[in-house]
Amino acid sequence: MSATAEPKARRPMSDDKPVFTDIERAIINRLQYGLPLTLTPYQDVADELGITEQQLLDQLKALLANGTLTRFGPMFHAGEMGGGLTLAAMRIPAEDYDRVTEQVNSFPEVAHNYRREHELNMWFVLATETPEGIADTIARIEALTGYPVYNMPKEQEFHVNLHFEI
Amino acid sequence: MSISTSKSEQAKLTEQDRELIMATQEGLPLVSDPWGELGRQLGMRAEDVLARFQQMQNSGVIRRVAAVPDHYKLGYRYNGMTVWDVSDSAISEMGQRVGDLPFVSHCYRRPRHLPYWSFNLFAMVHGTSREEVEDKARQIKDLLGDSCAGNTILYSSAILKKTGLRLRKQKDTP
Repeated sequence: MSATAEPKARRPMSDDKPVFTDIERAIINRLQYGLPLTLTPYQDVADELGITEQQLLDQLKALLANGTLTRFGPMFHAGEMGGGLTLAAMRIPAEDYDRVTEQVNSFPEVAHNYRREHELNMWFVLATETPEGIADTIARIEALTGYPVYNMPKEQEFHVNLHFEI
Repeated sequence: MSISTSKSEQAKLTEQDRELIMATQEGLPLVSDPWGELGRQLGMRAEDVLARFQQMQNSGVIRRVAAVPDHYKLGYRYNGMTVWDVSDSAISEMGQRVGDLPFVSHCYRRPRHLPYWSFNLFAMVHGTSREEVEDKARQIKDLLGDSCAGNTILYSSAILKKTGLRLRKQKDTP
């Protein structure tokens, strides 16, 4: 375990077992693969799943509202957009964790931020419009928080396929 | 191959692309005719909006238009970032083999930061229990064998932020 105890987490893990209806399950599984880029994309997915388009849209809104889905939309590939993308980590003592979380999250360049159990206990993804923006953002995070940022850009990509079957 | 730079040369965004990206960063409109809805906002025809999205997906600017779940809420509560200290001579080959394992969602080579960080291979593993993640990590360890000098698993204990990648308004960037 790391030395950092238990500052309050934004979205702590719950022990509740998730319960989904068959329709929710089908929608979650199907839509992680991507919406077909057709003139009537929701209708086409609804037909595939054997539900109405209105049912699909209502269920999607509900899954977004209750947080099961964090987002539904285009997944941008920052590297392909000509921007900068990196993973970075920090070592933050327990007493400063909430403050630094607040500060790091305030940067729009921070796309994801996870607390992890390690001496390096804060891990975030930075996405910037230009490749040079990474170094600049890191410098500003270090200046604001007072802690060093360890930059770990990908040097080689072996696989990306994030799909959670439920 | 893994590192692609050639594609990004072609993937220059048009001004319309930028506007479409800005308009959908929060999400695609949840209405029967999402392209028409975006077109009305931006003064474009639905067919043209759709064509831009198809083009951006083909060029790789957009991986896909998809649902992004909170994996904790789906029951995948154990998200283990397994990290490995793999010899530089073996990492290209071994990284590919680890990445090919069906339960590895992301797999990257990243720089070491000695003395705090000696691990240069990252493989993300998700499970519904810690045992499941540890079992999968053992399979990676067996695969790496002598090429690996050390490893650990970092579990996430909270999502502090998850907004996805955002494009800022151009005038905001100095």
